[in-house]
Amino acid sequence: MRKCLLSNSDALFNEISKNAKLYIPVDLEKGRVAYKEYTEGLKMSDALKTDRSAKDFFFPQTETLMAFKTQGKNIEVIDNRAESEDFVVFGVRACDVKSLEVLDKVFLAEPVDSYYQNRREHGIIVSMACSRPSETCFCQTFGIDASSPQGDIACYKTNDAFYLEGLTEKGKALLEKLDGVTEECCSCEVEGEKAKIKEILDKLPLKDLKADAFGKDKTDEFFNRPEWKTLSESCLGCGTCTFVCPTCQCYDIKDFKTKTGVERFRCWDSCMYSDFTKMSAGQPRLSQLERFRQRFMHKLVYFPTNNDGMFSCVGCGRCVAKCPISMNIVKVMKTLGGKEND
Amino acid sequence: MQVNEFKPKIVAFCCNWCSYAGADLAGSNRLSYPADVKIIRVPCSCRVNPMFILRAFQRGADGVILCGCHPGDCHYTSGNYFARRRMALLFSMLDYLGIEKERTRVEWVSAAEGAKFSTVMNDFVQTVTALGENKRLEDLRCKR
Amino acid sequence: MQKITRDVLIEKAVSLLSDGTVSRVLGYKKGDLSYDITPALFTSKEQLEKEFVFNDFCAANFAKYLVKETKNQTEGKVLVFLKPCDTYSFNQLLTEHRFDREKVYAVGISCDGMIDINKIKAIVGDGIISVETDEKIKVNTLYDGVKELDKNDVLLERCANCKSKKHVAYDELLGEDGEVLDSNRFDQVAELEKMSADERFAFWQNELSRCIRCNACRDACPACTCEKCVFDNPNSGVENKSPANSFEEQMFHIIRAFHVAGRCTDCGECSRVCPQHIPLHLLNRKFIKDINEFYGDYQAGAIVGSRAPLVNYTKEDIEPIDAVNKGDK
Repeated sequence: MRKCLLSNSDALFNEISKNAKLYIPVDLEKGRVAYKEYTEGLKMSDALKTDRSAKDFFFPQTETLMAFKTQGKNIEVIDNRAESEDFVVFGVRACDVKSLEVLDKVFLAEPVDSYYQNRREHGIIVSMACSRPSETCFCQTFGIDASSPQGDIACYKTNDAFYLEGLTEKGKALLEKLDGVTEECCSCEVEGEKAKIKEILDKLPLKDLKADAFGKDKTDEFFNRPEWKTLSESCLGCGTCTFVCPTCQCYDIKDFKTKTGVERFRCWDSCMYSDFTKMSAGQPRLSQLERFRQRFMHKLVYFPTNNDGMFSCVGCGRCVAKCPISMNIVKVMKTLGGKEND
Repeated sequence: MQVNEFKPKIVAFCCNWCSYAGADLAGSNRLSYPADVKIIRVPCSCRVNPMFILRAFQRGADGVILCGCHPGDCHYTSGNYFARRRMALLFSMLDYLGIEKERTRVEWVSAAEGAKFSTVMNDFVQTVTALGENKRLEDLRCKR
Repeated sequence: MQKITRDVLIEKAVSLLSDGTVSRVLGYKKGDLSYDITPALFTSKEQLEKEFVFNDFCAANFAKYLVKETKNQTEGKVLVFLKPCDTYSFNQLLTEHRFDREKVYAVGISCDGMIDINKIKAIVGDGIISVETDEKIKVNTLYDGVKELDKNDVLLERCANCKSKKHVAYDELLGEDGEVLDSNRFDQVAELEKMSADERFAFWQNELSRCIRCNACRDACPACTCEKCVFDNPNSGVENKSPANSFEEQMFHIIRAFHVAGRCTDCGECSRVCPQHIPLHLLNRKFIKDINEFYGDYQAGAIVGSRAPLVNYTKEDIEPIDAVNKGDK
């Protein structure tokens, strides 16, 4: 394990940003937090979560896939993918790191999404243990340990230092390059911090939420439950929950007519929208009830069914904080999840 | 010496009953107006909704002008009164968002005012040329 | 003045349910935290006593739910609690014939402002275990113990600039009716107007560039009740699900605000629900301010059946050129 004093953090960031673009969470006005590219002097935020998750780095909201130009009867297909540069995302929380594992299941399974793959290969994740989890957090429900985050490098922040531990080849290689600004230390130095986090996690209001009732092959059990009606009644049908979610991965592909040809781009889509998966036969889910059910069934039942029981919710709590009418996955799980959630 | 002079693209929405006929009259009287003006004929100035104006800018217009019958002379009695309110609010909003207010204009041109049509267009093109390319309300994709 | 509390509302709801005036109650359902309150339908006393909540986080405007709620075939009336600002939306929807007044029993409730959880979070940070709202706001946090805040510091933007405490529609009133207030709600708009075009452009680029096109502003808006929004309609040519570039952001927000111009009651839901904290009310208020200045004061929803400014005209209306130049003298 390596250690870097907080007073020396500028040197650490400078060293990382020498070889790759570095993104760190930064405090903005009105309590907003977002990733910004590091430039000399930029201060890292202590806030728990960025408004938007780290998903954006690997699966941006819109991206141009290719372009077509027509000349006479010829169509030229242009692959306008820019060679992705190496980049480092610093301070990703345990839940957001886990969300990338979920996205990997989708995008790196055959057929591999080469756009996503490219970014994954070029990106290095430095995770960050959560010293101050929020009341909206429920990552424990999905077996995530906020006190020992995964990623390429795990980072712990104590009152006076960053502690860095290389977890993957990529991470270890990066850490070696940082020898000049870090010093070797005993991994026992973060034990106290870990214990402190665990203690806090036990005090969170949503700590007892259980997902055991859901999972693999439970479609029949939940699909026709009458509670969906009451749960979905208040839903406005906006896409806030899906767009702040670190694991939502649906997208739409569209063509845009440019001056001289066509650009084919993809953009995030939301199952909450009335024009989601619109095909020649129309949208398969006509009511908000069906659309609402789809989102939560996908997170809690369909995804685990297709991926060996892995839930596609990581308990980051963004939807809990952001939904205009505060209807969220926690309420859905409590309503449908049976006895253990009472 | 070659001068790379900026030629603006102007979209002019002209009402069928007055302004379009006014443009026609300008033509038959051999009064010129810049070829940069592309006229789109609409049944009434009231047909133009804010989306039209924005779409024109998106697709590469540097200035958009709406021409209709003089207030009181609308073929449909009151269409241009409604258009007037809409455009007053829309243009004020565009200005509020920091988009140059000289890029948008409403002019009332009757079927008998060929000369006015020509003057208005010459003046508008001149104003927009001075402003240069529309950068604030542009869609870069439409320029690729 | 009678203080509106949870118990007062439950008592009212139960009595209206039991005498058959209404068959269901549109109310606030408590969540797992102090502030995650969800609109829900209640049909029994037991349910009300178990789940109904009323506190300073009950900001959601229920007027829009009536559109859906009065369309279904359920027997009897629905009881809805309306805060003063909600009554304007209620009237505006009535003006537009968007719901069936006969199927609604409206109870006006007085309101002394709702709280913005985001403002609390910006001050005390994460880890809010509970919030008690009394004279002072007491925030119980995981990390810094109990913190006391002044309610005025954490009011929702719309409540800090409340335009009216007067109920313009109700069948019955709980608490006292207030007056239309002299608010400062146009101050920020005026400040922006005073800036140079470059500054304004930079301001709005910064704000609008955060938009994620979740459509929450539109879907929460009580004036946005089109069956099919132009932005959801693939045949409209402008449908888009995400802001591909700055033009898309500008267009969406201009058109959204324009479409409710003259019908927007300034209820402030758009800004409240925006997950990216974009001050959308500044767009709507610009239209309201312009309408007031150009065509005379008009408050949407104040009078049922009043003619909205954009479907009205006078022969002496201001010319667009004078409208945009009014600021420069």
